Amino acid sequence: MNVWIAIAATALGCYAAKLLGLSVPQGVLERPVVKRLVTLLPVALLAALTAQQTFSEGGSLTLDARAAGIAAAAVALLVRAPFLVVIAVAVLVTAGVRVLG
Amino acid sequence: MVRDALGVGVAAGLSGFAFGVTAVGAGLELWQSCALSLFVFTGASQFALVGALAAGGAPLTAAAGAFFLGVRNTFYGLRLATLLRVPGPVRPFAAHMVIDETAAVALAQRDRRSARIGFTVTGVTVFLLWNLTTLLGAVGADALGDTKTWGLDAAGPAVFLALLAPMLRGTAERATAGLAVVVGLGLLPVLPAGVPVLLAALAAPVVLLLRGQFHARGRTGRDATEPADAGHTERDAVPGAGRGEDGS
Repeated sequence: MNVWIAIAATALGCYAAKLLGLSVPQGVLERPVVKRLVTLLPVALLAALTAQQTFSEGGSLTLDARAAGIAAAAVALLVRAPFLVVIAVAVLVTAGVRVLG
Repeated sequence: MVRDALGVGVAAGLSGFAFGVTAVGAGLELWQSCALSLFVFTGASQFALVGALAAGGAPLTAAAGAFFLGVRNTFYGLRLATLLRVPGPVRPFAAHMVIDETAAVALAQRDRRSARIGFTVTGVTVFLLWNLTTLLGAVGADALGDTKTWGLDAAGPAVFLALLAPMLRGTAERATAGLAVVVGLGLLPVLPAGVPVLLAALAAPVVLLLRGQFHARGRTGRDATEPADAGHTERDAVPGAGRGEDGS
């Protein structure tokens, strides 16, 4: 039940965010400081989420095969590999390190 | 242009498979995974919600993190509104399609007609493939057994990193990311799941405030150390968008 509540809340919130953009009169949300904040907000969230989902397990910090996988993905991004290749590299390296470890 | 739109659609749709697998691996049921792709339909928020729930986050805390990631779509919508001039009756449907991929394709077009076609073809393609592949991934995850054996628990963070990488162009972006990582990891062991991410989001206003202070002291040049690739277009910020194209 809790999961469905989370799904419903996310669906409503995200849809409202999308509809708002298409419906609001020009200029209301176009203030420079708001635009700046909105470009930085996903940066902060994505950085924190990447770090947490790489280095944590059940509420505590850990270092395991995922770190190797994400490091490999970072290298793939540096050489401008396509999106799907980046994900595949992360998954394969993580699985590979687990097999070897 | 239609081929670009289809290409972006296929690339994004395929990562739906990773989402389906991740969602079921995180403990969601098949229909819950599919409902997310149908009704939320914005990838980063979906991965964030699933990750937060798997970590034991409270439903509304988890939803808040996912929502904040979805707020960027509001600003795509603002820019698309002037470009597409969506008629009122169509707007509720068009709104659901306002995501990274459709914004990238539509905003790259020169005139309204191409932008409308690009938006529609990309939106419909991504929607169909994203939902189909979520279903396949969710069904496949059961057959795969423990997703960790296959390294699939790395798919979520890899998606976040791939979305983040093109955004790290200026010093403000890098400072924000660095601060968010420190806050997110530092508070993780001591606060309830999902809360540290929300606090890490505060890195954005904090960095803006600090930079405002520096500017007030007379510093000039907003991004003096703007890297050489600052000339990237909007579409580079979108995975799959613009890849393999020659711009013609």
